[in-house]
Amino acid sequence: MSEKFDAIVVGAGPAGISCAHDLAKGGAHVLLLERGEYPGSKNVMGGVLYRKMMEDIIPEFYKEAPLERPIVEQKFMMMDKESAVTFSYKGMEWGKEPYNNFTVLRAKFDQWFADKAVQQGAILINETVVLECIVENGKVVGVRTDRPNGDVYADVVVLADGVNSLLAQSLGFHKEYRPDEVALATMEILKLDKKVIEDRFNLEDNQGCTIELFGDATKGILGTGFLYTNKDTLSIGVGTLLSGLIKHKIKPYELLEYVKSHPMIRTLIQGSEPQEYLAHLIPEGGYHSMGRIVGDGVIVIGDASQLVNAIHREGSNLAMTSGRLAAETILLAKEAGDFTEKTLDHYRVRLLDGFVGQDMKKYKDSTHHFDQNPHYFDQYIPMLNRAASQMFTVDGQSKWEKQKKIWKDLGSPKEKMKMARDMYRAWKVVK
Amino acid sequence: MLHIVACIKQVPDTKVIKMNPKTNTMDRRTAPAILNPYDAHAVEEAVRLRERYGGKVSVLTMGPPPAVKAIKKCIEIGADEGYLITDRRFAGADTLATSYALTKALNKISKENPVDLIICGKMSIDGDTGQVGPGIARRLDIPPLTSVNKVVEINKEEKKAIVHRKLEDGYEVVQSTLPCLFSVEKTINEVPYAPFPNMLKAAKYNPYIWSVDDLEDVDIKQLGLKGSPTIVSKVWAPPKPEGGTMLEGNRQEQVEQLLSILLKKKELFTIKGES
Ligand SMILES: Cc1cc2nc3c(=O)[nH]c(=O)nc-3n(C[C@H](O)[C@H](O)[C@H](O)COP(=O)(O)OP(=O)(O)OC[C@H]3O[C@@H](n4cnc5c(N)ncnc54)[C@H](O)[C@@H]3O)c2cc1C
Ligand SMILES: Cc1cc2nc3c(=O)[nH]c(=O)nc-3n(C[C@H](O)[C@H](O)[C@H](O)COP(=O)(O)OP(=O)(O)OC[C@H]3O[C@@H](n4cnc5c(N)ncnc54)[C@H](O)[C@@H]3O)c2cc1C
Repeated sequence: MSEKFDAIVVGAGPAGISCAHDLAKGGAHVLLLERGEYPGSKNVMGGVLYRKMMEDIIPEFYKEAPLERPIVEQKFMMMDKESAVTFSYKGMEWGKEPYNNFTVLRAKFDQWFADKAVQQGAILINETVVLECIVENGKVVGVRTDRPNGDVYADVVVLADGVNSLLAQSLGFHKEYRPDEVALATMEILKLDKKVIEDRFNLEDNQGCTIELFGDATKGILGTGFLYTNKDTLSIGVGTLLSGLIKHKIKPYELLEYVKSHPMIRTLIQGSEPQEYLAHLIPEGGYHSMGRIVGDGVIVIGDASQLVNAIHREGSNLAMTSGRLAAETILLAKEAGDFTEKTLDHYRVRLLDGFVGQDMKKYKDSTHHFDQNPHYFDQYIPMLNRAASQMFTVDGQSKWEKQKKIWKDLGSPKEKMKMARDMYRAWKVVK
Repeated sequence: MLHIVACIKQVPDTKVIKMNPKTNTMDRRTAPAILNPYDAHAVEEAVRLRERYGGKVSVLTMGPPPAVKAIKKCIEIGADEGYLITDRRFAGADTLATSYALTKALNKISKENPVDLIICGKMSIDGDTGQVGPGIARRLDIPPLTSVNKVVEINKEEKKAIVHRKLEDGYEVVQSTLPCLFSVEKTINEVPYAPFPNMLKAAKYNPYIWSVDDLEDVDIKQLGLKGSPTIVSKVWAPPKPEGGTMLEGNRQEQVEQLLSILLKKKELFTIKGES
């Protein structure tokens, strides 16, 4: 039998690396297993990385990590077929320390981050797939890898194997996702000259912006698109609930092509060269879809436990925080010499009491609500565009007349009532 | 107890590398660094011989510090120990200077634990010369056996090795004295999916790292660019094959199609009856 570890972490994404890093730092003997050729080699993210949660693990990481650009402007585009209403915030305070967030390319970032865990003493093994947890008397005692002599044992196994965790599923912790609990996102990395990016997006040297796309970006299907600036590339993508793709019989890459050729976007990416095409699932079922996350000898973290805040495109930060809290719990359990569910439950409590749990609960009904009510995307956003066009087109009609027309465009009194009700309900589900 | 040293090289993955169209050189940043595929077979053969006869497998490479990664790959395959010689003064070496530096390192390794057999790959996938192996053998004054496709026997007591050397139309059986040097074909073995304990060992392993100053009797003038008489006058990418027709179907159909094409070429054949 090969040597025994205090903890085995499966999956070297933000969740697993954070956990392995903090475990090793706390003196635990930890093994980090990754199926990719190297951490990040298979990972997909738009890529906004949030500074605060990363700093909770490595203070001042931005001084050495391979980051693309600090974000100084966040835009939100409500798109119709040939128009868009845009809302944006730009603040120079985001352009200097301690920053707010950054764009990253995961293939580079994860590798760097995993190196940091290794420097703390974690043992990283790549190109190795974990097939299943080894369970003895109802307790997880290790993992079985796909390699010869591939069983490894530990006091606790941390499942950080990402969205649709087959490992947590096979323990019976959650069921296979329904198509309305998971989004399929496709994205491309487009090569574009650094200087062109800065001119086109109105940016200072090495500063970045993000644009979130709603409405016609997804042809009215529930989901969002994004366009982010990296050093000398752009990341562009769309993600929609799987159920939406099925219902509208549309292929994800068709949607991506559609966004890329949209008149509001086309000019921003003109002249760029596609460098990479990526696709990935995002767990968007929220709090209601979360399964069990703690058992005897096992903890589930990150996307594997459904921790994504779809409304705010936050995932990596929740993953990191869950990894950090899991490490904290395991170190306590190690001290107590007790790895039963009862002790490890500390993790679940800390997670749900903190911002992760708060946010998951706050938005618990949002995906479902917007999925059930597609008119937010396919009716109200076009309406908003027509209103803006009407108001800002100078054509000799009085503003009073224009307001009357906009009001009329909102429909019959009954429809107006419905709209008011919808706005109130939307407010309630995200309140 | 046999002591086998495999010489290994970290190379850019030429399957994915892009050529810089302006300078006509390889753009090394476009390709990940991998263990030279031939060298994986060299290490695997060393490991199999150790399994057969007992002993120890060391690997040796000259390269920049990231070449540690290639050494770890060899530990995954089953090597026991790894040595990296790295120094700015080694940089820019051609095959002459490379084999000189490697020989000095082999001398040092031999002092600790005499080397019975050195195994190299047939060639590197970036330099492609296949000269480094024989270069080392010449300097150590031991027999080089190239194109080795099978090891029949190694006998340390009797100081002999018997191998098959691949020829164009078969193979020849060759006996040599020990110590000697093999450069091996890819077909000599298959490198299996590494077992987990080896992965664990590799993840934790730190190789010996030596600079020029750690080696003995080194003539600095014979190292690196200074010690390299090779002049690269021009490098170019082979032109992409143009034109041509792909023949489809089974072998019989392809032969028939080819014949009918050839027969129609009037300039090649005159068919009886026609002038
Ligand atoms: C297109 C897109 C855009 C996104 N944009 C953002 C964004 O801008 N900001 C943000 O914060 N979040 C974003 N997210 C979400 C974010 O990517 C995830 O929430 C985050 O990556 C979760 O981290 P994780 O460590 O839980 O999982 P992952 O990053 O998915 O890591 C899981 C790891 O486990 C490995 N693995 C899986 N199974 C096995 C196995 N059996 N054996 C061994 N290894 C295994 C995988 O190879 C992988 O490395 C986006 C997601 C997508 C798809
Ligand atoms: C046209 C051309 C131009 C070149 N230009 C340059 C240049 O400008 N600058 C530069 O630095 N290099 C250059 N090189 C590379 C350099 O000359 C060779 O890569 C190097 O000397 C090794 O020779 P090789 O790659 O042909 O190896 P081969 O002789 O084909 O390798 C045979 C075997 O020898 C062993 N071996 C080879 N190299 C090593 C090593 N470093 N460590 C351990 N074992 C090894 C391996 O077992 C390998 O399988 C050039 C090569 C060519 C052909």
